[in-house]
This record gives sequence, C-alpha cells and structure tokens, in this order.
Amino acid sequence: MTTKSPAASKPFKFDDQNLETIQRLLKQYPEDRAQSALLPTLWLAQRQNDGWLSESALREVADVLHVPFVRVFEVATFYTMFRLKPVGKYFIQICRTTSCWLRGSDDLTEACHSFLKVKPQEVTSDGRFSYEEVECLGACCNAPMVQINDAYYEDLTPKDLEGILDKLYNDKPVKVGSQKGRIASKPHQLDAYLKKD
Amino acid sequence: MLSEKDRIFTNLFGEQPSNLKACLKRGDWDKTKDLLKRGKKKIIDEITKSQLRGRGGAGFLTGKKWSFVPKREGNKPHYLVINADESEPGTCKDREILRNEPHKLIEGALIAAFAIEAEVAYVYIRGEFVAEADKLEVAVKEAYDAGLLGKNAAGSGWKLDLYVHRGAGAYICGEESALLESIEGRKGMPRLKPPYPAYVGLFGAPTVVNNVETIAVVPSIMRRGASWFAKIGRAMNTGPKLFSISGHVNAPCNVEERMGIPLRELIEKHAGGVRGGWSNLAAVIPGGGSVPLIPGHLCEDAPMDFDGLEALGTSLGSAAVIVIDKSADIVEAITRLSHFYMHESCGQCTPCREGTGWMWRILKHIQKGDAKKEDIELLFDISQNIKSHTICALGDAAALPVQGLIKHFRGQMEKKLQPKDVVFKTQTPFVKEDAL
Repeated sequence: MTTKSPAASKPFKFDDQNLETIQRLLKQYPEDRAQSALLPTLWLAQRQNDGWLSESALREVADVLHVPFVRVFEVATFYTMFRLKPVGKYFIQICRTTSCWLRGSDDLTEACHSFLKVKPQEVTSDGRFSYEEVECLGACCNAPMVQINDAYYEDLTPKDLEGILDKLYNDKPVKVGSQKGRIASKPHQLDAYLKKD
Repeated sequence: MLSEKDRIFTNLFGEQPSNLKACLKRGDWDKTKDLLKRGKKKIIDEITKSQLRGRGGAGFLTGKKWSFVPKREGNKPHYLVINADESEPGTCKDREILRNEPHKLIEGALIAAFAIEAEVAYVYIRGEFVAEADKLEVAVKEAYDAGLLGKNAAGSGWKLDLYVHRGAGAYICGEESALLESIEGRKGMPRLKPPYPAYVGLFGAPTVVNNVETIAVVPSIMRRGASWFAKIGRAMNTGPKLFSISGHVNAPCNVEERMGIPLRELIEKHAGGVRGGWSNLAAVIPGGGSVPLIPGHLCEDAPMDFDGLEALGTSLGSAAVIVIDKSADIVEAITRLSHFYMHESCGQCTPCREGTGWMWRILKHIQKGDAKKEDIELLFDISQNIKSHTICALGDAAALPVQGLIKHFRGQMEKKLQPKDVVFKTQTPFVKEDAL
C-alpha cells in the first residue's frame, strides 16, 4: 500500500471568485449535505494552487465546507487526479492500459523520457514539465493518446508527441485532439456505407 | 448493417454543431411535452417493452430498474443519476455522446426523471473528461435558458434540475453505489447491497443510476415506439448499440450498429479489419477490460449481444472490442489489465485489495521468466478466491481476464516459465472446463 501525504507549501486561501463559485456549488446539493460539494471544491483548490493540493489547501477546503479535515484528507488521497505533490506547468499523462499499449504507448513514455530527461513523476528543473503513466483515459479508439493538463492529444506517434512537447516548450499553441486529422473516432468508411444503403 | 434511418446518434462524431439549435434540427426535444403527457406508467411500460438493457455493462433491463422505484412519499425526493464515469478499458462511446449529442442525454434525463418521479438529476462525469464536462455544462445552460429544464421543464409541468458533477479519476466510481458515495463527497467505496439504490440510494433516497447511452436512447424509443427498437437485433438483445473497436485493427473507431452483429463483420466492415488480415487474429476482448478474452477461432461468427457472448463464456459488457493480433504478447496485454485492477481496487475488501496485487505480481514473474509451473495454478487459485468474494464486481472484473488467459492461452504462459519447467503443448487447464 502506498502512503500519501501532501507536500508543504505556502499558506493557501481561496480567492473571491472561487468562494462565490463554492456558494453556487453548495446550492446543487441538499442543504445538510455540504460534503457533497467536496470534489468540486477540491477541483477549484487544485486549479488555484497550480495543479496540486497542499496541506494548507486541504485545510482551507475543510474550513470553507465545514467538514472535518480528515474527511477532506481521505478523499484527496483516494482519488488519483488530486495531486499531493507539485506537478509541472505542463503535466503529461500517458495512457498505459491495454488498448493504448497495443498501439505503442510505451514508445510515448520513451519519447517523454528522452525529451524531458527526467523520470516519471519528477518535475523538470525549470518546473515546467512532468509526466507519468496513468490507467485508461477513455479514448481507446484514438489510441495511443496522452492528456496534457485538460486536453487530449490522440492518434499519436512518438514523433507527434515530440513535436507537441517542443511547441509547448516554446509556449506555442498546439492542436488538440487527433493528430492524424481524424474526425473524433469516426469509422473510416461510414459515409460510403451509409450512401450505399 | 444498421440502416441510416435506424441510427439514433446521427451526430456522434460532431460533424455538425452540438448546440441546441442544431440539436433541434436533428429532432431532439421534438414534442417532449407530449411524450411526458402519456404518463409515468406508460413510459416505463414502453421502455420495458423495448427490452432495452443497460448499456453500462451489466445489461439489466432498464424498464424493470425504473419500475423498482417505490411511489413517492410526501416530500421525500427521488434522484436520477447518470453514470458518465466511463473508464472501462477499451470503452470510449459515452465520450462522443457527451460532447456531440448532449441534448439527447438531457432530454432522456427529463423523460427518465419524470418516469421515476425525480426532480433532481446528477450527471457524474469522469474527471479526465474536462472538455466533455464543459460542453455538457453549456448544453445544460442552453436547456435551462430555453425552458427545457427547471420549473415546468419543456412545458410538461414537471420540474427537473440537472447538475454536472465531476469525478476525480477513480474507475471504481463507475460502480453505482460507489458513484453515489462519491457524489456524497466520500471515498468511492461500493456499498453493501441490499438495500439497492432503487430504495436507498443517493442521500438515502430512492435513486436510479443509468449509463449515458441508456438514457440517451430513451427519447428515440419513446418517439419511434418500443416495437421499432425491439425489431433490431433479437429478443432480449434489442436495439442499435454503440461499439468501440480498438487495438490491433487498421482503423479503430466507435460505431453504431445493430445488436448481435457478428464480430468479424463488425471488425472488417467498420474498423478496416484485423492488422495483417483475419488469420493474424490472436484473441479479442469483446466487452471491455472486465470480460474474459476469446481466442481468434471463436470470433468468426460470435454474435455481439448479451446472450450470444454469454454462450461463449464471455460477455458483452460495455461492447468495447479490443483486438489483439498474433504479433502482440498476449500475456503482457492481460498483465496490463491486471495492473489496472490493482491500481483501481478501492481497498475495501481484502480478497480484491490484496489479490489483485498478487495476480499482477505473479503475471509479472511469468513475464520475466522466473515463474514455475505451479505459479499458474496459484494464479488461478487466487483469481478463484477473489471472484464472488467481494462487495462489488471489481473483484470479478479483475479475476475474469486472468482466468480467460489461463483457459485459452495456457501454452503461451508456459513458454515463459523457467526453463526446467517448460511443458510445451499442454493446453489442458488443470481444472475442469466447467469450473472456469
């Protein structure tokens, strides 16, 4: 079993806009069920805190929702998307599960390694990049794929990924979605079949 | 092949916009008020008659599920929860609905909520689907602005509030009771059943949890009639269905097809065939990561529906077809799945928490070539001790792929054993077939 604990950081306080959003979120659940807003609130905290949750951030979430700290802590350690250690400004998650592996996800990890020169979960010295292998991201028909921050990059070759990393390194815009120019996960001959029908 | 007129998801790939105006043009929200006017009982009857089975994996009859919900008592609320926590390895169909056909889902939610007397619905969407959640939020807002949600939704006199609730990366939250725990702001650990969510669900109130695809096909069934839906496929395995085809095919894709289409036809027609030709096929996992694989020679005519695959010792699951050709190391393919289940076990039940790790480690040893012949038997024994000994089905899901591997590819595993133990050509499982 892995033990997780949040890294130390400077004190965290929600900004006004997020406090307002939390009040709106609380209205989505019954009045005596403030804990229901825990996941969305943790999301807000993680976003405000550069993509990860410090102990101070967890305490702030507990205070705002009037939930015991340990409840916040157990939830934050249970869900893999809540990060308890700093991540790079560009955080790359490479899908490693069967569908992506069959189509070469190992090569993507290798490409990340050779481009960034750090091990998985390490942050580059400039704090801008980190990567790790994750379980199925749910874009299996566009495998192999990676998620960088919020966006999916699909139908990748190692060369495509290097190109994407290179653009991000130079802070240039990158095309999200399929890198082969496919329309979503459309079958290649669907239109022809439908026309024939 | 499913004909154009029988397709439900005409904009599955987002070739047209997903906004309300475009959705109205495609026929969504067309006289929804009249559909609801038929009344709760008639709606449930119609869905029951269509023999729609849940599209999430278990294949439970949707109409039956709705009918379990008790009559509403006073002010005690009912809830509808839509499961968009799509994380089954190989499955990526709901994602396309969420981002390209959101109004089919929202309209379905209104009909379902009306039928089970729920005034609040939650869509639980997996945390990784950020863009999809944003698109759905936009569609929900459009629906509110157009009076299709909220008080007197779509002019029906029924009130429905629909909220999008994002998860945070836990496969187990796709299990219905773990999902409810997660909405309540706790760790996603499945609850003991009974009581079933239909009686004690979200916030202790009667709740129906349905998959995205299940809810999204409801408006079409109501409009076109149960008999139209039931005519596609065969009895108890009806309707068009979304299939995700991934892995070693020439063109992986999502496609809407009739239930019961033969596996070979599905792969060759839509996914460009197996890489290197049909004869290069080693095995197929026909229903997402949780189901046992079937070897190539059984795939030819395998009918892609619930009962057809059940007869082959596997199941339709979420209809995610993962194709593995002969060039791939099949033991590694299952080892990856084993790692997935180890990672995703919530840790509540000992057999699953410990056993999934043991299974992965033994498979890893086999991969490294330092396992003995007894280890395969030990592996089977562990899987047998996980299966059906846990609160939820994740234990079974972890055990079944491994058992499928032992059943059909024992020879390949033995080739990887320590040299002195190599026994080639022994395909017989050490237990009788029927125990598998």
